[in-house]
Amino acid sequence: MKITLRIWRQANAKATGKMVTYGLEGVSEDMSFLEMLDLLNEELTVKGEEPVAFDHDCREGICGMCGVVINGIAHGGQHTTTCQLHMRSFADGATIDIEPWKASAFPIIKDLVVDREAFDRIIQAGGFISANTGSAPDAHATPAPKREADKAFDNATCIGCGACVAACPNGSAMLFTSAKITHLAMLPQGQPERYSRVKGMVGQHDAEGFGNCTNIGECAQVCPKGIPLESISQLNRDLMKSLFKGDGKA
Amino acid sequence: MAITGLFLIAFLLMHMFGNFKMLMGAEAFDHYSHYLREFLYPIFPKMVFLWLFRLALIASVVLHIWSATQLTLRKRAAVGGGGRYVTKKSMEHSYAARTMIWGGIIIVLFLIMHILQYTAQVLRIGYADTSQPLDSPYARVIAGFSVWWVVAVYAIAMLAVCMHLWHGFYSAFTTLGANVSAKARSVLKGCAYAVSALMYVGFMIPPVLILFGVIK
Repeated sequence: MKITLRIWRQANAKATGKMVTYGLEGVSEDMSFLEMLDLLNEELTVKGEEPVAFDHDCREGICGMCGVVINGIAHGGQHTTTCQLHMRSFADGATIDIEPWKASAFPIIKDLVVDREAFDRIIQAGGFISANTGSAPDAHATPAPKREADKAFDNATCIGCGACVAACPNGSAMLFTSAKITHLAMLPQGQPERYSRVKGMVGQHDAEGFGNCTNIGECAQVCPKGIPLESISQLNRDLMKSLFKGDGKA
Repeated sequence: MAITGLFLIAFLLMHMFGNFKMLMGAEAFDHYSHYLREFLYPIFPKMVFLWLFRLALIASVVLHIWSATQLTLRKRAAVGGGGRYVTKKSMEHSYAARTMIWGGIIIVLFLIMHILQYTAQVLRIGYADTSQPLDSPYARVIAGFSVWWVVAVYAIAMLAVCMHLWHGFYSAFTTLGANVSAKARSVLKGCAYAVSALMYVGFMIPPVLILFGVIK
């Protein structure tokens, strides 16, 4: 395959970025998207040019590091992560635009790499359960109803890649926040901190400068893990209930 | 946003239902219209309930616009200004959801015209004698909608209203936590389409019939 790439190049957070065009030959359709970028970087390195910086880690769709906007859609629109996207999804001779996530809360570090620490701070604001250490309890010590357990698991699959923010016209991280809220709200272990959690996480979400949700649904469409839009309704229900509870108030 | 929006939708449905009195003739419509002015009399003095209701509507509109402003300001701050991506495609193809703010602005402009025309009677379009206000609400409506371009403006404005509701109705219930499953979402969206379609047809029946001379 022969392709043309237009890639966002930005030297650092303060520099002004721009799209740079590269031609690339000898791309196999069995290559993953990231292998294709590796090929480009090899060529750039040989030529003595600065390789394109992009984030990646597991390359098997479970770590959430590798997101980029491909042809205007976060992760490229194949309902998977960028690393699990293959070049067979593109036509021979195609022009592919690659841009980083763009949101004020995700400052660009370099080229396609963004700083997603805002997500870590949202998790630190309540996305956990408090448990005393000691020997692990028996797995069946706390029964969880099947339906709720399944829902918790579906939401626990969120890998925090940030595609929801990148795709949201409002730059909102509600889908990410609601996945963690729903995951823990469905389980018995999540109940003691349920309402202080939702207040804390939504408060941190807003403090990080993410936008608000207007129920457009773009986030759920690009989510590689299929986190559904109804998780946001769960967050809203818990947030409304939390207004009638003292939890989380000083 | 959700609560004020749903209140305004409820008002619009009532308003639409009231408009159908136009089909029953001048006496029925004027009687209905005057009754609104003394609704709940003698519990309240005349006009008091009407003004309480108007205040609730004004408060809803103001809060709704205030919320929209907050959302827009936060959006601007969050996506870091215009021209976010060089290439941008949508996976979720809801034109209505994307254009809520513009639909809202069109509706505000229309609302100003609507009140100036029928409530305040500052715009006396289609009046035989434009120096005098008309006492009969029925006569006001007939005069206004006998003019083709007034009907055209209303047809476009109602399109904006119904597009706004198309997303707004579903979105309000979602914000209030009713979107509990994929099935619930399709039911909510179905209801939203039904309400918008009903409103468009319902609100356009009297003006169109007046324009074509069926109601005189």
